Amino acid sequence: MAMNYNAKDEVDGGPPCAPGGTAKTRRPDNTAFKQQRLPAWQPILTAGTVLPIFFIIGLIFIPIGIGIFVTSNNIREIEGNVFMYYGLSNFYQNHRRYVKSRDDSQLNGDSSALLNPSKECEPYRRNEDKPIAPCGAIANSMFNDTLELFLIGNDSYPVPITLKKKGIAWWTDKNVKFRNPPGGDNLEERFKGTTKPVNWLNPVYVLDSDPDNNGFINEDFIVWMRTAALPTFRKLYRLIERKSDLHPTLPAGRYSLNITYNYPVHYFDGRKRMILSTISWMGGKNPFLGIAYIAVGSISFLLGVVLLVINHKYRNSSNTADITI
Amino acid sequence: MAEALQWARYHWRRLIGGATRDEDSRPYNYSSLLGCGRKSSQTPKLAGRHRIVVPYLQPFKDEYEKFSGAYVNNRIRTTKYTLLNFVPRNLFEQFHRAANLYFLFLVVLNWVPLVEAFQKEITMLPLVVVLTVIAIKDGLEDYRKYKIDKQINNLITKVYSRKEKKYIDRCWKDVTVGDFIRLSCNEVIPADMVLLFSTDPDGICHIETSGLDGESNLKQRQVVRGYAEQDSEVDPEKFSTRIECENPNNDLSRFRGFLEHSNKERVGLSKENLLLRGCTIRNTEAVVGIVVYAGHETKAMLNNSGPRYKRSKLERRANTDVLWCVMLLVIMCLTGSVGHGIWLSRYEKMHFFNNPEPDRRIISPLLAGFYMFWTMIILLQVLIPISLYVSIEIVKLGQIYFIQSDVDFYNEKTDSTVQCRALNIAEDLGQIQYLFSDKTGTLTENKMVFRRCSVAGFDYCHEENAKRLESYQEAVSEDEDFTDTLSGSLSNMAKPRAPSCRIVRNGLLGNKPSNRLAGSSFTLGSREGASEVPHSRQAAFSSPIETDVVPDTRLSDKFSQITPRLFMPLDETIQNPLLETLYIIDFFIALAICNTVVVSAPNQPRQKIRHPSLGGLPIKSLEEIKSLFQRLSVRRSSSPSLNSGKEPSSGVPNAFVSRLPLFSRMKPASPVEEEISQVCESPQCSSSSACCTETEKQHSDAGLLNGKAESLPGQPMACNLCYEAESPDEAALVYAARAYQCTLQSRTPEQVMVDFGALGPLTFQLLHILPFDSVRKRMSVVVRHPLSNQVVVYTKGADSVIMELLSVASPDGASPEKQQMIIREKTQKHLDDYAKQGLRTLCIAKKVMSDTEYAEWLRNHFLAETSIDNREELLLESAMRLENKLTLLGATGIEDRLQEGVPESIEALHKAGIKIWMLTGDKQETAVNIAYACKLLEPDDKLFILNTQSKDACGMLMSTILKELQKKTQALPEQVSLSVDLHQPPVPQDSGLRAGLIITGKTLEFALHESLQKQFLELTSWCQAVVCCRATPLQKSEVVKLVRSHLQVMTLAIGDGANDVSMIQVADIGIGVSGQEGMQAVMASDFAVSQFKHLSKLLLVHGHWCYTRLSNMILYFFYKNVAYVNLLFWYQFFCGFSGTSMTDYWVLIFFNLLFTSAPPVIYGVLEKDVSAETLMQLPELYKSGQKSEAYLPHTFWITLLDAFYQSLVCFFVPYFTYQGSDIDIFAFGNPLNTAALFIILLHLVIESKSLTWIHMLVITGSILSYFLFAIVFGAMCVTCNPPSNPYWIMQEHMLDPVFYLVCILTTCIALLPRFVYRVLQGSLFPSPILRAKHFDRLTPEERTEALKKWRGAGKMNQETSNYANQSAGKSGRKPMPGPSAVFAMKSATSCAIEQGNLSLCETALDHGYSETQAFEMAGRCKD
Repeated sequence: MAMNYNAKDEVDGGPPCAPGGTAKTRRPDNTAFKQQRLPAWQPILTAGTVLPIFFIIGLIFIPIGIGIFVTSNNIREIEGNVFMYYGLSNFYQNHRRYVKSRDDSQLNGDSSALLNPSKECEPYRRNEDKPIAPCGAIANSMFNDTLELFLIGNDSYPVPITLKKKGIAWWTDKNVKFRNPPGGDNLEERFKGTTKPVNWLNPVYVLDSDPDNNGFINEDFIVWMRTAALPTFRKLYRLIERKSDLHPTLPAGRYSLNITYNYPVHYFDGRKRMILSTISWMGGKNPFLGIAYIAVGSISFLLGVVLLVINHKYRNSSNTADITI
Repeated sequence: MAEALQWARYHWRRLIGGATRDEDSRPYNYSSLLGCGRKSSQTPKLAGRHRIVVPYLQPFKDEYEKFSGAYVNNRIRTTKYTLLNFVPRNLFEQFHRAANLYFLFLVVLNWVPLVEAFQKEITMLPLVVVLTVIAIKDGLEDYRKYKIDKQINNLITKVYSRKEKKYIDRCWKDVTVGDFIRLSCNEVIPADMVLLFSTDPDGICHIETSGLDGESNLKQRQVVRGYAEQDSEVDPEKFSTRIECENPNNDLSRFRGFLEHSNKERVGLSKENLLLRGCTIRNTEAVVGIVVYAGHETKAMLNNSGPRYKRSKLERRANTDVLWCVMLLVIMCLTGSVGHGIWLSRYEKMHFFNNPEPDRRIISPLLAGFYMFWTMIILLQVLIPISLYVSIEIVKLGQIYFIQSDVDFYNEKTDSTVQCRALNIAEDLGQIQYLFSDKTGTLTENKMVFRRCSVAGFDYCHEENAKRLESYQEAVSEDEDFTDTLSGSLSNMAKPRAPSCRIVRNGLLGNKPSNRLAGSSFTLGSREGASEVPHSRQAAFSSPIETDVVPDTRLSDKFSQITPRLFMPLDETIQNPLLETLYIIDFFIALAICNTVVVSAPNQPRQKIRHPSLGGLPIKSLEEIKSLFQRLSVRRSSSPSLNSGKEPSSGVPNAFVSRLPLFSRMKPASPVEEEISQVCESPQCSSSSACCTETEKQHSDAGLLNGKAESLPGQPMACNLCYEAESPDEAALVYAARAYQCTLQSRTPEQVMVDFGALGPLTFQLLHILPFDSVRKRMSVVVRHPLSNQVVVYTKGADSVIMELLSVASPDGASPEKQQMIIREKTQKHLDDYAKQGLRTLCIAKKVMSDTEYAEWLRNHFLAETSIDNREELLLESAMRLENKLTLLGATGIEDRLQEGVPESIEALHKAGIKIWMLTGDKQETAVNIAYACKLLEPDDKLFILNTQSKDACGMLMSTILKELQKKTQALPEQVSLSVDLHQPPVPQDSGLRAGLIITGKTLEFALHESLQKQFLELTSWCQAVVCCRATPLQKSEVVKLVRSHLQVMTLAIGDGANDVSMIQVADIGIGVSGQEGMQAVMASDFAVSQFKHLSKLLLVHGHWCYTRLSNMILYFFYKNVAYVNLLFWYQFFCGFSGTSMTDYWVLIFFNLLFTSAPPVIYGVLEKDVSAETLMQLPELYKSGQKSEAYLPHTFWITLLDAFYQSLVCFFVPYFTYQGSDIDIFAFGNPLNTAALFIILLHLVIESKSLTWIHMLVITGSILSYFLFAIVFGAMCVTCNPPSNPYWIMQEHMLDPVFYLVCILTTCIALLPRFVYRVLQGSLFPSPILRAKHFDRLTPEERTEALKKWRGAGKMNQETSNYANQSAGKSGRKPMPGPSAVFAMKSATSCAIEQGNLSLCETALDHGYSETQAFEMAGRCKD
């Protein structure tokens, strides 16, 4: 901006108090940043400029939606590995005080925490002067029904389906987060000095016969300890592995479910469910996402059309020079 | 809220201040509030209202202990904190902020186990971070202050030590009240002290006060009366005087007190005797003074009130919305609490998941609900944005940074740019509705140029001088490329330099043949050409345009008649022409001496030209011995009569002479002595004239018309002199006098030397100076005339005042009296003419007194001077006694040229919908003329003049005008009645009617009266421009206050002088123009600019940007917090309202603190909705800020609704996706959080109008930091943060396509409505700003075209609507010509007829004369 120069030259030879001319002037730097002239992308949102966006969204979302929808619907076919879940409803595993009531250090095998669990576990911290292992309300309320699945064949002799107990928890949980306390070979010894949670039938070290699935690293326990986000939830119970490519994992037929009922739910209006499901790349069966994608894609497409009309009608005003009040 | 806090803090400080005074002697921030109230509590009771200062010496030892112990010493501490108290005190300060208190409350709440929602420590984090950031900022600021303080405290000065009986070096901090201090030239004064000795033989001392008020000219201070005559330096040992003076106060222009000698004799003290801390001694070898105020009690420190604190309108608005957020929070928490109660009553016995208390007790639902309320408050605390205030502060700093680094505000000449003194009201700049402007120095350059004069009833129009000015102006306007920044259409307007044209036109109308049109056939004589050569060195007020006055030929001719013979007492042949010559002589003598100008040589800018003083310098030459002789003789004769030095023209009435003029009849200087003085004068002058430069020679060659002038001794000297005047008018007059060979040579308190061409050097004894003040509006000098040897009073002042003071001649008086009457009439006519041309007029008068009269007056004056209490009134009376029965000599017309770019700026501001009021002390004609010149009033404006002598008349006049205005607009649909509510003033905008109101000071007083206020405001709301002339500083501030409080509008006041300070302080935004009148206005202002034209960019561009940016950012903050917090809220419906958060606490805290904090700040600092060029070209865009369009109450609610919608989407899309699955809490929260982050950031992108790489960087950085944190935290934290544990969740999700699908879908659905809305807005109903945005994409040519179209369309629309309205309304009335016809007629008439007439024509067109004529006021012709 040379706006000031000429007028000044006539008035004065220069600033009166800058004799040497070397004095630092207070003139601000004329840089793009300081003068707020940085090159900028200036999106102008008008029908014309955004039209493609809507069509692109529509074109992308609808196929995705259809894809998801189809995948989700295909899940019903019991092929591949079948997952066996138990479901509970009206069970508020996400209640704040319930969620807090655990001691991760204890579960991580910390021996001091084992014998002196965190205060968060109250009132399930100690029982009869012994520390509870695992402490807290979550562990205390662990689901302990036993579910067995039988295939009733033609010979009307029920064939038990092999239910795999391991592999249902996250790998990191099983191997990093949950650890049995250190000590001797015998698990019982390692848990010495602790007592079982009040509601449990057995102490933690007899959850399973497999030493690799016992104690804190029992996968049923680990799964339970991952508290569900919503009051109606399911949790993975067992895996039914596919044996061969030729036969379906669970062939059509009559099955019977044998439940050892330990876990009362009526008094909180709860319900129990058993779910058998396969899993696709997008998890269990849920048509919502697919439908939502299709819907959003369609709406976007529709909006695109509307904007096209608008753009056609108002092209002049939205364009450039011809601006009227 | 904030005001209350300020108040509380202030009172707390007072308490603290009382308790720990030594430690906390810091009247720093609140001294302005305090006045001297706090100080009085510290001063010992026995001293009462006064402070007694005694030296620490033998006779006063006891007294010293008694008094001085209580006074603070000179150590200053401007820091807030010490090392010890930093933490507690800083915390205390910070917790005055309501938001911080709220968060402290939350932290405390979280420590209550019953309601604990998070881990205790985590809640503290945001608060701790905020507190730490601010503490660090405060600490650094304070440390810098500490270092400066330390440096200042350790400066060395010479203080008298009793032990060593001499002056020894001591640090400033060890100086105490009662110390004697000896300062040499160029030393800085360490404390306020009374001047007791100066090496200057006249007992004066020059100080430079630039450190205090920025004024660079020298000020004189005087040794206390009675001490000046002492030959030797004051001996502290023998000082047996006590000083009593006022308690410390911050009034720089006042100091009252007296010196009591041991014999009880009292000597008055005034500000002339006080050396102020921070000033520098100049031109004086050494001074000695006694300290009266030290350290924080010095006037300089008391005036240092630190940065001003104002709260902007936007922030007030935001504060109310914060309260709404609190309401919302309470509602949400209540919902949670009730919900939890109900839920619990269903599941009370469910120990499985309703975890009982540690003592296995189950709380009753009611109590649990109550606890839940508080838990919810902790959980949802983020709704009240803690980071909002921090962010606002950061954004404001950024905005200020950009304003200050705008190169367009840089003024090459003064090497200054805009100063933002108030840091937190930049956004108010975008909302200004009323602008109050001073005239002189603000709109005009305050470069006073002598234009013409009238002496003895003859007008000397100085046509060559006028030519010179014209050519100068043309040169300026040719080179101006101001049109660069202002719209192209402006260049179509006549000429940027409107005043010149107007003056010329007036001249034609006024039948002044001497005034020709610029650029007409009249050509300059070649001799004038040289005078335009600029001088190389100039002092203040002395650009060549001001200094080079070209004498009028006629007047110069008359000068040739001047001979010393005229004063020969025996010459009895005095005839009329000779009388006229005497008038001329007196007139120019008055111009030269009736002022307070300090003479100095430009080569040594701070060296006063004076004769060698008695003390010190060795005498070298014969000339000097002669001059010494002359000096002695003069001293002998004139020593008793002394003057008071100078006063700033700030108009403080109490500033009067304070010296004791022990008048005695003395022997008049004998002719012999005069002769000697004349003889010795010349060699000295010629000896020092060696330094005369080439340009000066040119000047003297060119400037002098009388051939004999060159031969005059002393003339070369004259051109070498620099005049430093307090007001530029004075300098202009002195330069004018110089042009006529009447050169002011030197000035001391006792005498003034004038080199009067034909008469030779004249030495006037200065008996008295009655300085200028705004009450008297005049100044006088009393001198003894060297030729006639009479006591003569020369008075110069405003014409209205002087005319009333002239001696009243009886109709049948003697011929000189008769002649005086004629002169008076003629001069009055000339004055009116001058005023019409927009010149500033001054009258020059004189009065000859007999010695007895003078003695009589002096005795009374002495009484007035020595009184301590109502000295001001007495001095005023005394002045009245002197300044009467004056003889009018003539009048001067000084031109104050408009600053460059003023008309353009005013036009742009007008277009921006800002109502501009001009408040000036000038007379009506001058003011109106300037108003036209600067486009404040347009030629086709309807002009109303309010000038009445009584309140009733004023009221009647106003109602008449109103009625007429209403009649005019009756056709318009928006009917306005008199009873309209004041808060909704009728604004007949775009009604096609432009009106201007002129009101004079006296009438303004009536109009400001309570009963007429309403009417007055209603009237002014019809007018685009209001001009208040003859307004006092108090009236100015009252007007601003009235408009501001009654109309509830945003006001801006701009001014440059001390008289604008009160107005600047009252307005919402005060702007100081750092012009030629010192720094007082700047010191009081929020922003300081160097020229008026900068105001348009400051408001239109920066104001608009700051406002839009900040309001958008605040809205965005509300949106962000509500949207995010609601996610938590919705989750409560699925977890039994138990206060569970589905997000890890750390993520929750960091979400606001880190991941989403930087983008809004960047948005707030860098957002640019429209480019600066477009904003300047389309000032109309400013209106959106005035109407607060960016942030209306409903905008807030819409934003909140959108936030609710987005949070619903963001919660329920994942909810339905994961419904019934085995997802766990934190795994559910993760997509929610991630989607929320994208929504919040992309929302910002949608709202942004311009995105630079910085935006991109910050947004990408935010996203990356979020993922990085989530991944690292998820990988590292196995058991670190019990019970919440996001271990490996992000990693799991990143491998899960559903996570991405959910995030994308959620983001799209959430942003779709806003996006669509913005798109539709952009295409269907774009706001002017959106439309203007298109301009930024055009090429320059297209741009000009588009601008034309925009304007044309605007005008057309307006006109057609007018037409429609009018034709609809006027169906029953006589047919009107179509609007286009009216338009044509207007333009035709405006060319031919002067402004005033036109309004009449217009009125006639519409109505006929009846009402207008009947009252003879509305649309009054200016003529």
